[in-house]
Amino acid sequence: MTTQPLLSVKDIRKTYGGRIGCTDVSFDLYPGEVMGIVGESGSGKSTLLNCMAGHLPPDSGQVLFDTRDRGMVDTLTMSEPERRMLSRTDWAFVHQHARDGLRMGVSAGGNVGERLMAVGARHYGNIRSQAIDWLGRVEINEDRVDDKPSAFSGGMQQRLQIARNLVTGPRLVFMDEPTGGLDVSVQARLLDLLRGLVREMGLSAIIVTHDLAVVRLLADRLMVMKSGHVVEHGLTDQVLDDPQHAYTQLLVSSVLQV
Amino acid sequence: MSDYNFAYLDEQTKRMIRRAILKGIAVPGYQVPFASREMPMPYGWGTGGVQVSAACLMPEDVLKVIDQGADDTTNAVSIRKFFEKTADIAVTEKTREATVIQTRHRIPEEPLTEGQILVYQVPIPEPLRFLEPRETETRKMHALEEYGLMHVKLYEDIAKHGHIATSYAYPVKVEGRYVMDPSPIPKFDNPKMEMAAIQLFGAGREQRIYAVPPYTKVVSLDFEDHPFEASKANHPCDLCGAEHTYLDEVIIDDEGGRMFVCSDTDYCAERQAMGHRGRLSPEAAE
Repeated sequence: MTTQPLLSVKDIRKTYGGRIGCTDVSFDLYPGEVMGIVGESGSGKSTLLNCMAGHLPPDSGQVLFDTRDRGMVDTLTMSEPERRMLSRTDWAFVHQHARDGLRMGVSAGGNVGERLMAVGARHYGNIRSQAIDWLGRVEINEDRVDDKPSAFSGGMQQRLQIARNLVTGPRLVFMDEPTGGLDVSVQARLLDLLRGLVREMGLSAIIVTHDLAVVRLLADRLMVMKSGHVVEHGLTDQVLDDPQHAYTQLLVSSVLQV
Repeated sequence: MSDYNFAYLDEQTKRMIRRAILKGIAVPGYQVPFASREMPMPYGWGTGGVQVSAACLMPEDVLKVIDQGADDTTNAVSIRKFFEKTADIAVTEKTREATVIQTRHRIPEEPLTEGQILVYQVPIPEPLRFLEPRETETRKMHALEEYGLMHVKLYEDIAKHGHIATSYAYPVKVEGRYVMDPSPIPKFDNPKMEMAAIQLFGAGREQRIYAVPPYTKVVSLDFEDHPFEASKANHPCDLCGAEHTYLDEVIIDDEGGRMFVCSDTDYCAERQAMGHRGRLSPEAAE
């Protein structure tokens, strides 16, 4: 492949005291690619995600990102203003619980508009029409634009969080269990929506989940983690249909067939 | 002379406060932490302003204290008396004659001049407080100049009310850098903050001092399509007829009667002495 990776992770290691959070994780993510990270609770997948997104400082390793102006830069050593700027513009983070990612006291329109205002938008009419446009794209009706997220259902809150994150046109989205806590029909619609947005905008994404159905639908590639180590990685269908590692085999066979 | 040290505070404390003031003036709009002392009045009554005033006062100073523009309200009277007793200095109600003016929630109508000091009492110095409850985070936002959140508040105003409904404590950007809470002055007073006098802000409970040096650029935040507007009640003063001053609305009976009067009592009295009359002036009413 001739294209340069968008994100290149090298030997990330994070320990909590003597315990391993995650260790020896390396991979490349190319533009337009969706990477799934699966594993059981405590396998280190959230630790890894937080290290990559700059929420946690890893003990060692590098997270190289292809910035617009300077090419590949290690986000862990870049200055804090630069990193925070990156996380407002080119990066997005979708939390498992919408309340962690939303301002619950601010209307839906304000929530979507916040990122625009953070990068310097100062025209109310434009901010509002962009917010309404994005609410429409995540299937939230225009007349809910002035309602607070607390008046929304769980699924709507999650969709609002996605709209809020994608409004500035990021190139890389980190998602931490985006469908956790939603019922199956709402999950299905959210996945549909996400798949559409990812394809339409050419997003790259890293999705952490324990739900194999989510990665089957969304992810191009898959990484399976156990006890802080990556035990298997490859194309999603390949890993799920022909699991090699004992833990992956267990994981795949644990899914109930309805 | 009283048994108090000059202006109540001991010299070391005044020195500490002066250092914070100097730092505040050097970095306009930046909130400088200082070791606020317990003052003989409750928090919320101007403990921050009193400490800043005490650190600024010299024996030859003339002090004026106003509360919501008035010289004769409880807060103003008690603070004026406090300094008369502890510093034995001259006091006045005339804006022009004062060298130090301590104020709560107003800027005098009379333009201030070089050599004067305006001391504000500030309840909550952090403009981002009600949007972001974490102090660690707001400090970081100031340091990195991340002020998008301030506009979220204004956005919410317009979405809810159709216009920017924030009418007091209207956020300003000082010298193109720090976003600052101008203390709860009406937004009518915001344009006056670009003035010749030194402006000092003291928040006693929150232990912060900040400052705006003379002739500093102070811009009220707004949107391109919803520009800032210095609003006031759309009436003339009922006592002096002034149409360019900030007005208080006073209920005068239980049948819906009301009057609008200048909130700056000194300015209003001076205009009346010059012969200006309003709708409810004693002579006009007869």
